[in-house]
Amino acid sequence: MDKFLTFTIVGLATSAIYAVIASGLVLTYTTTGIFNFAQGAIGMLAAFTYWQLRFSWGWPTPVALIVVLFVLAPLFGILIDRVIMRGLQDTSETTKLVVSISLLIGMIGLAQIIWDPNVSRPYATFFATSKPLAIGPTTITWHQLITIAVAIAVAIGLRFLLYATRIGIAMRAAVDDRPLATLNGARPHRVSMFAWAIGSSLAALGGILIAPLVPLEAGTLSLLIISAYAAAIFGRLRSFPLVFVGAIVVGCTEGYLSGYLPQNQYLPGLRLASPAILLFIVLLLLPNPRLRGRTRSREFFPMPSRRGALGFAAGVTAAGVVLATTMSQPDLVTYGRVFSVGIIALSLVPLVGFAGQVSLCQLSFAGIGAIVMAHLGHNGNPIALVWAVLITAAIGAVIALPALRLSGIYLALGTAAFAIALDRWIFTLPKFSVFGLFNIDLFQQGSVSVDPLRLFGFTFDTPGSQMVLLSSVFALLSLLVVAIRRGRFGRRLLAMKDSEAACATLGLNLLGTKVTVFALSAGMAGLGGALLGSQLSSVSPQNFDLVTGLPIFALAVVGGIGAAGGALFGAVSLAGLLPLLAALLPSVSQYLVILPGLAGIGLGRNPNGAVHDLREGFMPIAKSRIVLVATVVVLAGLYAIRMLDAIDNWTYALLTMTTPLVAVVAATLLRRERADGVVPLEWRGVTEPWTDDDVRDLDRVLGLTEVELHGAARG
Amino acid sequence: MAQLAVRGVTVRFGGNVALDGVDLDADPGMVTGLIGPNGAGKTTLFNVITGLIPLNSGSIQLNGAPMNDLSPTKRARRGLARTFQRLELFSLLSVRENIRVAADIRKGWARDGSDPAAVTEALIERIGLGAVADARVDALPTGQCRLVELGRSLATRPEVLLLDEPASGQDENETLAFGALLQELAAEGMAVVLVEHDVHLVMRVCHKVHVLDFGRIIAVGDPQQIQTNPAVVAAYLGTPG
Repeated sequence: MDKFLTFTIVGLATSAIYAVIASGLVLTYTTTGIFNFAQGAIGMLAAFTYWQLRFSWGWPTPVALIVVLFVLAPLFGILIDRVIMRGLQDTSETTKLVVSISLLIGMIGLAQIIWDPNVSRPYATFFATSKPLAIGPTTITWHQLITIAVAIAVAIGLRFLLYATRIGIAMRAAVDDRPLATLNGARPHRVSMFAWAIGSSLAALGGILIAPLVPLEAGTLSLLIISAYAAAIFGRLRSFPLVFVGAIVVGCTEGYLSGYLPQNQYLPGLRLASPAILLFIVLLLLPNPRLRGRTRSREFFPMPSRRGALGFAAGVTAAGVVLATTMSQPDLVTYGRVFSVGIIALSLVPLVGFAGQVSLCQLSFAGIGAIVMAHLGHNGNPIALVWAVLITAAIGAVIALPALRLSGIYLALGTAAFAIALDRWIFTLPKFSVFGLFNIDLFQQGSVSVDPLRLFGFTFDTPGSQMVLLSSVFALLSLLVVAIRRGRFGRRLLAMKDSEAACATLGLNLLGTKVTVFALSAGMAGLGGALLGSQLSSVSPQNFDLVTGLPIFALAVVGGIGAAGGALFGAVSLAGLLPLLAALLPSVSQYLVILPGLAGIGLGRNPNGAVHDLREGFMPIAKSRIVLVATVVVLAGLYAIRMLDAIDNWTYALLTMTTPLVAVVAATLLRRERADGVVPLEWRGVTEPWTDDDVRDLDRVLGLTEVELHGAARG
Repeated sequence: MAQLAVRGVTVRFGGNVALDGVDLDADPGMVTGLIGPNGAGKTTLFNVITGLIPLNSGSIQLNGAPMNDLSPTKRARRGLARTFQRLELFSLLSVRENIRVAADIRKGWARDGSDPAAVTEALIERIGLGAVADARVDALPTGQCRLVELGRSLATRPEVLLLDEPASGQDENETLAFGALLQELAAEGMAVVLVEHDVHLVMRVCHKVHVLDFGRIIAVGDPQQIQTNPAVVAAYLGTPG
């Protein structure tokens, strides 16, 4: 009984923190429609800032608290609202999600820049030196008591705010019907600013309360509050009382798990993963949603042409060959991940781009693919690739089963929870057997080695050969993706993305379609993971965790998730440009970690993706046959000169990158010149003065002879 | 036996009774009208029939077989198709692709050896959208969008077709052609249910009209009877002049 009481108190104190953070989340979600994935990260930054003020600079506790909770946090919330979130009206849920995920990535990066992750930071609880209070047979610490009291105060405060203040009533009105509230004089900008300020303060409060109980580490702290997400979902992202009930359920479950879970080698991970598993369960308990009708959004991804797809695939393969033959071995190792990451990013295109189903666990599928390759691909046996695809596709299909009930933000959270459950528990398991039939060995509680792939008697054991292999596989898969987009299945996915309700009333099996696209996408990610594994030669769970996977997702969306080019853009930015910048500018390399975040945050301005603009920009080359041929010839010539060692790599890279730019200018000038030569007939005399030549042209076109027109008069 | 038989359907949203014991029959070869003021429950009834929202009591039968427990997908496969008042077109696709998706889906479940490409072209021809077949539907005016939805639902070759305000956004000539098309469809044996505010169209093409007001059917009859029914005049049609 004592033990039960002790863990109830632990559970309630944790619940209180979750309740505070979750109410902030619900407040911003209901008033602005944006689910702030970075809510935990705001708490994390606040915890670090508080540490800095209170423990590093030695400010008095009340001053430090007031500065963080009532000045910095609300200002930060307002900044996020003004600079980032306001541009997200009418964008798809995917875009909103990517922006807030990018904010999360950027903030983790920011914290790591400011507070060196390798330094340990002691963080005392409130009244740490005071004696705990006795409650019957057990005790409660002052920190726990304060935490619970704070949650109760927040609950009362929110109730008062929403029901007894003008701004609170405006907030509730905005939740019900935003345009109507505006018509009635509410000012939505002010309301959303206020919501972000309070939401951010609540996150900060939760962060400061939770920080002493866990290691002060940016990533852990930001994701720790996945339990708060579970509480928020329990409240259906609307009801504050239910959010508090949800927080108590989640917090106490965690408390009891830490008290009563038997100690053996399989279960410690389960305790760490329990918030994610709880979140998954809560998501599944949501009432069956109505089928989604049409959603209006700004995004549009045009249909790729056959010619364009073939050109793209040829270009990618050629790029692989060029990189493999020109780069040094260390460079090939540094930049070699471009195409394997590219394949994983490409797996998102049919799923997110075409079908509109968000998945944050693609890198986890890749991890499973890598495990399969490690254990079944001895001596590079290529059959392991087939197994990697089949096994990940099967797991993807199983994950998709609950996905019929989930969409948008709920699906994103569900897949993130799956990824966390794998990271924290499954991937750390020792060898085990299922019903004594299968022995399953994963990462062997550390890392596993993966043999290089062997195909048709050739072993891909050099970085160069792997680069060629991976670029070719990427190119082939990009053709597959285009074929899907142009075919029956692709049309069906796009239709489902637009309106599930309409698809159902046409007799489409929604579950079957979703399961198929999830399996396809997971299989592609599994293949990418298997190839990445054989490239890295040794893999561990850290290669495949959620936080590592988020930038791939974010940057692929920034590139343009509706096209293979977008996936390549994401991979090149992440595995190519970032290491390149770090090599070129070593002095600022530590600041580069926030770049993916910044790129994602900028997405709201251009939801169609960067590749869309790039394609438009380079289109003149494709339209002018002469320029196109000349460009290819020049590029081939440069490559030949490089192979003869007449120029070094830097010159070659510079000239190669300049060539398309020059080609665009040439193609544009050429077109303008042609257009200049011929003024359309209907514009003669309008844009320029009327001349005798124009008269003759007009006569000729109308089929009139000189005599018919002017005969008598001239005569 | 009517092809589509709705019996005593009641739907509540919280405390609001949206539909209150509604009966409706739709017979093959006939255009059945469903009229009533905005908010009377017409679209809700369509949503209930197609299974998009659950009913609280009552039954829906297609060819004598109960459909209450079937998903929207299964109902569609039994021969039910609809259009939407608030357009539910696939905006990322062209007119042709919108119809082709439906034809492909039908072929997937019916396995009847039909050629979806040919079905699509024939429908584009029939509803007169040849000139804009390759345009993205987002670029089309509402009247044409409604035709695309009609074409899309016809591509599943339904026995019962529910049309939710299909003529809104169409001009007079388009409405005339549209009315003729509806009569043709009925003549081919389809049971058509038409929700429409264009009373002239309803009275011209419908064989039978149901009038819905505040969730209740207040009158059923042929167009002549409906136009002179005092309750209908009071609730919806109004008196001329």
